[in-house]
Amino acid sequence: MDISLQHVEYRYQANTPFESLAIEDVSIEIPTGIYMAIIGHTGSGKSTVLQHLNALLQPSKGTVKIGEHEIKGGQKNKNLKKVRQRVGIVFQFPEHQLFEETVEKDIIFGPLNFGVSEIEAKKRARIALKQVGLGEEILEKSPFDLSGGQMRRVAIAGVLAMEPDVLVLDEPTAGLDPRGRKEVMDMFYALHKDRNLSTILVTHSMEDAARYADQIVIMQQGKVVKKGTPEEIFSAPTELVQMGLDVPEVVRFQLKLEEKMGMKLEKIHLTIDELSSAVTDQLSRGVRS
Amino acid sequence: MMEKMIFGRYVPADSIIHKMDPRSKLMIIFLFVCIIFLANNVVTYALIGIYTFFMLGLSKVPVRFLYGGLKPVLWLVLFTLVLQLFFTKEGALLFEWGPVKIYEEGVRMGIFISLRFFFLILMTSLLTLTTTPIEITDGLETLLHPLKKVRFPVHEMALMMSISLRFIPTLMQETDKIMKAQIARGVEFASGPFKERIKAVIPLLIPLFVSSFKRAEELAIAMEARGYRGGEGRTKYRQLSWQRADSFQIGLLILLTILLYLLRS
Ligand SMILES: Nc1ncnc2c1ncn2[C@@H]1O[C@H](COP(=O)(O)OP(=O)(O)OP(=O)(O)O)[C@@H](O)[C@H]1O
Ligand SMILES: [Mg+2]
Repeated sequence: MDISLQHVEYRYQANTPFESLAIEDVSIEIPTGIYMAIIGHTGSGKSTVLQHLNALLQPSKGTVKIGEHEIKGGQKNKNLKKVRQRVGIVFQFPEHQLFEETVEKDIIFGPLNFGVSEIEAKKRARIALKQVGLGEEILEKSPFDLSGGQMRRVAIAGVLAMEPDVLVLDEPTAGLDPRGRKEVMDMFYALHKDRNLSTILVTHSMEDAARYADQIVIMQQGKVVKKGTPEEIFSAPTELVQMGLDVPEVVRFQLKLEEKMGMKLEKIHLTIDELSSAVTDQLSRGVRS
Repeated sequence: MMEKMIFGRYVPADSIIHKMDPRSKLMIIFLFVCIIFLANNVVTYALIGIYTFFMLGLSKVPVRFLYGGLKPVLWLVLFTLVLQLFFTKEGALLFEWGPVKIYEEGVRMGIFISLRFFFLILMTSLLTLTTTPIEITDGLETLLHPLKKVRFPVHEMALMMSISLRFIPTLMQETDKIMKAQIARGVEFASGPFKERIKAVIPLLIPLFVSSFKRAEELAIAMEARGYRGGEGRTKYRQLSWQRADSFQIGLLILLTILLYLLRS
């Protein structure tokens, strides 16, 4: 399902003295099957953009197209439930949305709301639980008796069980331990590949953006300031630093290396393996000549 | 969703009313609530009206914002009016249509009572709109200080109040966030049959309770860790200061009281 934002503007608390412009003239195309990362300084409007992707917020100006559904600024819209079924959102700290008596009931809550039968929903719950790396023995437990990391995974499972076509992730790994982070991110990536999901990830981790994304969008003060592939984005590191952002460790290492050794590689490498083979290449060539 | 709420909200502005001492504002509100019951004819109601709008003008609170926030309450005012119209059966009969009978006294009472209601709401909103929660509690604590003699826990009450006021915006944000998360999971808060809508509140309330309890516990621990041990010997960073404007406002209200007393029938 394609999603496109065209010149979207959003004001919080419009028509009050507290009115604040959160995003302005944001245009983003999200074709089916893409993995897109949105990065930007805190308060730059990333979460606000995400909430437009399943019509939780409706633009003050501009147009949001979600599949065939068109949402125009300043209009009342109905039948948003259909849209929401196809776009699953994992919010920042999703564990705050847990409320049921048991983990199972919480996971099937979303699917049931969207008219999935109970048997089917329970089947999905087991699959989703496995995907997030939890065992079935947890199904009958209360979600409030779990550890923070487990709660996070259960909440994510609740979104996965809705089987959306588009997965929207707002810093899904914030506050997890490094191993948990990698597990969860790898899981999302596998899912993205297996089911041909469109994935939109908001993250503060440049490593994640570099590793998984097909496209990166940079936001600054409510505007999109740059779009491109990870290679394009990270090959201009000074610009990024000016925007208060960082570059992946590998890139930083490559830049240092080039500076210290007085050499220049052909392009920016985003993984350690790529970089090391490029460096060995260069060095062996240097030895030969 | 909760963006239009104006109760308990502070609108910063540079006005005489904003700069007043919270003690005088609290005293004025208290007195106002009492003297509004003195009004019982056109002249006295007009006086109260002029006074209320004068204060509103001084406060520089945008009227459009006030109107937007008070709209739901205006319905309540209207409802009071209708109730009085239909159910007061005194004075001359003005209008009759089938079982509906409207009497002169009904019209009079209806208009007066809904006006009284309206002015009360305006003035009390004005207090919260122009005074920060901290100021209100500081003011209350000082005003109620004498009650300490009769073992009334003034400090604890003020602390409780300031904590709850402080957390209203947090709670609203949290509500908004959880609401959105549940809407994304297919809950419909705003449409559907009544029974379904009541049920939809559960996925909202439980997470809110859980996080509120957690927050309360964390706050208690944080306060203890920073050495809080009650109000005994505690000094204040913000000193209240009584200005000439405060005396003037009190004087104005006393004048209004006297006028009301003389002009009421
Ligand atoms: N509910 C709200 N009411 C008013 N203003 C808001 C609200 N939510 C966000 N804003 C404002 O909108 C702007 C964008 O916020 P947003 O949450 O989209 O930023 P973000 O990029 O997601 O930041 P972070 O990385 O910290 O999550 C900020 O200036 C913020 O203060
Ligand atoms: Mg955010």
